[in-house]
Amino acid sequence: MRDEKRSAETVIELSKVSTRFGDHVVHSEVDLQVSRSEVFALIGGSGSGKSTLLREMILLQRPNSGTIRVLGVDLQDIGDDEALALRQRWGVMFQHGGLFSSLTVKENVGLPLREHTRLDDALIDEIAAWKLAVTGLKAEVGAQYPSELSGGMIKRASLARAMALDPELLFLDEPTAGLDPDSAGGVDQLVRKLRDLFGLTIVIVTHDLDLLWQVADRVAVLGEGKVQGIGSMSELSQMDHPAVRMFFDGPRGRAAQAQERHLADLEAGRKTVRPSSKAK
Amino acid sequence: MDSLLLTPAAITQSTPEQLALSGDWTARGLGAIGQQLDELSVSARLAMVVDGSRIVALDTAGAWVMQKLLRSLRGEAGVVRVSDLRPEFAGLLEVVGPQPVDQGVPAVSKRASTLEHLGRSAEAAAAQAIALLGFVGEIALAFAGCVTRPARLRWRPILYNLRSAGFDALPIVGLLSFLLGIVVAYQGADQLRQYGTNIFIADLVGLSMLREFAPLITAIIIAGRSGSAYAAQIGTMSVTEEIDALRTLGMAPLDILVLPKILALLIALPLLTVFADVLGVFGGMLMARAQLAVGFGEFLDRFVKAVSVTAYLIGICKAPVFAIIIAVIGCFQGLRTRGGADSVGRQTTRSVVQSTFLVIVADALFSVVFSALDL
Repeated sequence: MRDEKRSAETVIELSKVSTRFGDHVVHSEVDLQVSRSEVFALIGGSGSGKSTLLREMILLQRPNSGTIRVLGVDLQDIGDDEALALRQRWGVMFQHGGLFSSLTVKENVGLPLREHTRLDDALIDEIAAWKLAVTGLKAEVGAQYPSELSGGMIKRASLARAMALDPELLFLDEPTAGLDPDSAGGVDQLVRKLRDLFGLTIVIVTHDLDLLWQVADRVAVLGEGKVQGIGSMSELSQMDHPAVRMFFDGPRGRAAQAQERHLADLEAGRKTVRPSSKAK
Repeated sequence: MDSLLLTPAAITQSTPEQLALSGDWTARGLGAIGQQLDELSVSARLAMVVDGSRIVALDTAGAWVMQKLLRSLRGEAGVVRVSDLRPEFAGLLEVVGPQPVDQGVPAVSKRASTLEHLGRSAEAAAAQAIALLGFVGEIALAFAGCVTRPARLRWRPILYNLRSAGFDALPIVGLLSFLLGIVVAYQGADQLRQYGTNIFIADLVGLSMLREFAPLITAIIIAGRSGSAYAAQIGTMSVTEEIDALRTLGMAPLDILVLPKILALLIALPLLTVFADVLGVFGGMLMARAQLAVGFGEFLDRFVKAVSVTAYLIGICKAPVFAIIIAVIGCFQGLRTRGGADSVGRQTTRSVVQSTFLVIVADALFSVVFSALDL
């Protein structure tokens, strides 16, 4: 929450990003913009290069050509100091959590604070415990090791760690993959809550149709190395491209769409009942 | 770079009832705020005003500290009012505020007494010894099953392990035993020259290499090279649930992962020991010629007379025992891996330490037994 203009400025800007692995073209001239405080989702079939694009945005990989600007900084020839400063302004939640198995959950969450601030240990522990509470974990979980946690708890703890330094930008890689419908629903709500509370910009890579319908403001569909469609889910549902249709046709796509309509009807009818079961 | 732009968070107390907060109330800007919080003097029964107009930035860490400050002020002063806080900061303060200060039960880190510590490690060691015994039993059962139904035996992993633990180890085993042979001959050369008994270099090198050094150095190299690999491989597999997957597919992990390793090492280690014998003696022979003027022919003449076949076989017969120790300990520690990467490292270390230790203990026992048997 720095004192900045929080208008619809562009937080992430990709222009003409191309990536190749040997002869295999992953992206060819991808253009994307993500605005502040929006929940932006990247979807696409397996192997469409969503995760690669995410890795390129968080400085884990470089594209072969094209420019990526994140928070106003060009990632192409970024220096070490700049990269460090930038890395503290975003948080990343990895698909499998990426929690350090030798540290307790609370130490995992407190690690960025210990590394990058001069706060004293007691305060860091308090803040870490609070962040865990925000992500819906019980206090006693903090003393456990990652190997003792269930999949859903690992995702939450990982999210708490990503949030440790109050990032402006949050990257979530498959936040609901491998979760039961109830936990996945919890993640839906959590993402919305975080965005509303802290005005975060959130970039999600996902396959989860419910998450897309419930949370995402804008969705980009990757296919054949390009962005095949971009817009809200209801806009995308009108498009004809096969890479886009994949997410709407078929029983799962229809079920998630129906669910969304049902929810919209309920809200229109001013009923605030939220169905607990998800169509997954 | 960014720290230049930071204004450290500060609290100034202009009058007893006026507190002004300023600077970056963020995780990185808070820094040494703890000390300033301690130095605040709050006189009771005053209506305090906290002025937040000069706060440049606020994040959850800052809001957390601010809430703590307000709570302690309210505890002492009673009425506290926050003034001139920017609306977005006030919003954040509210988000942090209502969170219950539920820190759970702080983990009471009891410092165990030395005696308790000793007891616990003894208990753990005993439990591990019993588990190892159980594991040996399981292996024996699996082996018996393979003997009665040879089709259960998996040849491909055996051959693979034979190559990776045996053939691929030839260069390092050969080089080290060659060097060991040189060292032994070099150390002995001085003493033998003093008595003019140069030719006994063949006895010295032959007996010490064949009976003791070649089997021992080979076993220690293989414990470090293959024992650790077994533990790391099986450990990683159990962390990534591959062991569980094998079980659910109806394939016994012992049959697939453990038995082939043991059988392969059982074949490879004696052969490696023979190789180490040859190169060790060759190293000694070179040194004998260089230092003691004992030619190759003379050396070999004496070698045949001095070193009996028994001495050679004694060295070789230790190798299978060492092989079983190394493979069993490596696999056992690998299968005991629980949790994550951390545990894999710990178990791998344990496998190397324990197998080296047990190999040397077994060697000592062999010496006792052989001397009792007059061999």
